[in-house]
Amino acid sequence: MNKEIIKTSFIKSIPIMCSYFFVSLAYGIMMEENGFAWYYSLFTSLTVYTGAFQFVLITFLSSGVSILTIALTALLMNSRQMFYSLTFVEDFKNMGKKKLYMIHTMTDETYAVNCTLDDEKNRRDIMFFVALFSRCYWMAGAVAGGILGQLIPYKLEGIDFCMTALFVIILMEQLEKKENRIPAVIGAAVSVICLLVLGERTFMPVSMIIISLILMGRSSKERNGENLECHHTE
Amino acid sequence: MSPYRIILIILISAIITFILRALPFIVFNGKIKMPDALERLGKVLPSAIMAVLIVYCLKDVPSDILNTGIPKLLAVLAVVISYRLKKNTFLSIILGTGLYMILITL
Repeated sequence: MNKEIIKTSFIKSIPIMCSYFFVSLAYGIMMEENGFAWYYSLFTSLTVYTGAFQFVLITFLSSGVSILTIALTALLMNSRQMFYSLTFVEDFKNMGKKKLYMIHTMTDETYAVNCTLDDEKNRRDIMFFVALFSRCYWMAGAVAGGILGQLIPYKLEGIDFCMTALFVIILMEQLEKKENRIPAVIGAAVSVICLLVLGERTFMPVSMIIISLILMGRSSKERNGENLECHHTE
Repeated sequence: MSPYRIILIILISAIITFILRALPFIVFNGKIKMPDALERLGKVLPSAIMAVLIVYCLKDVPSDILNTGIPKLLAVLAVVISYRLKKNTFLSIILGTGLYMILITL
């Protein structure tokens, strides 16, 4: 019976394996190129365990920005995670000791797989093994990348671009949804203006705060607009 | 940067990320629905933040057009076009990064 659950979980996790192993391989290489050996990659993957933010963290670690900027970026970049665990509150609550592990291992990809599970009887066990396997793929890729980066004798100048490429692809996926388009334009416009006005070192936290405020204003306005259409505020 | 500071930064990031993941359990105890405004914000924030991150990655484009600016923009273009055509994350990352690494040596 247990074997069956593990087999199902593994099959469910194969798409995650393909994306996690290679993305974290790139992560491990980029860490190594920035002077952080594989054990730092492993430690970060073990404790933080979030795709895009781990990449940004490399540039923060190597450029030495303030802890406030790091905390704010972590907060805003990972805020979506709370909506994921919200979906599975009932499942996780009934998983005993595994609950904390399930909360910690919730990512975009495991969320997507969990949403496809309809096997009522074993769904919680499958969720657990999918989470476990996915985390292993991620850590294995990070370590392999670190070691690979060490083995390659010459400096991989420009390897950091893999982060840019990853973000462009994530954004393209998000833009498939119409409601994401205006927020993305706001994000791009505000951050470009902040970059040109404030310079490279400080524009990030400032633009993130401004964008959050604009989006909050927009979403509360939208709600008012539903029944109070003539109520003009500007 | 000292190893202690590196570990401190990683741990701070880990704690913030964990608290965010656990927030529905801590604050709302899973019973009450998230406030509407927060839920709406959560839906539109990710794409806005991703746009900021791309600008962050390209932040040295205006100050150094020739050496990094043009190679970065061309590589971004390669990623966009290849992903449009093939929808393959791995392929587009390799292609864009490879192109960038070649262009900056020219």
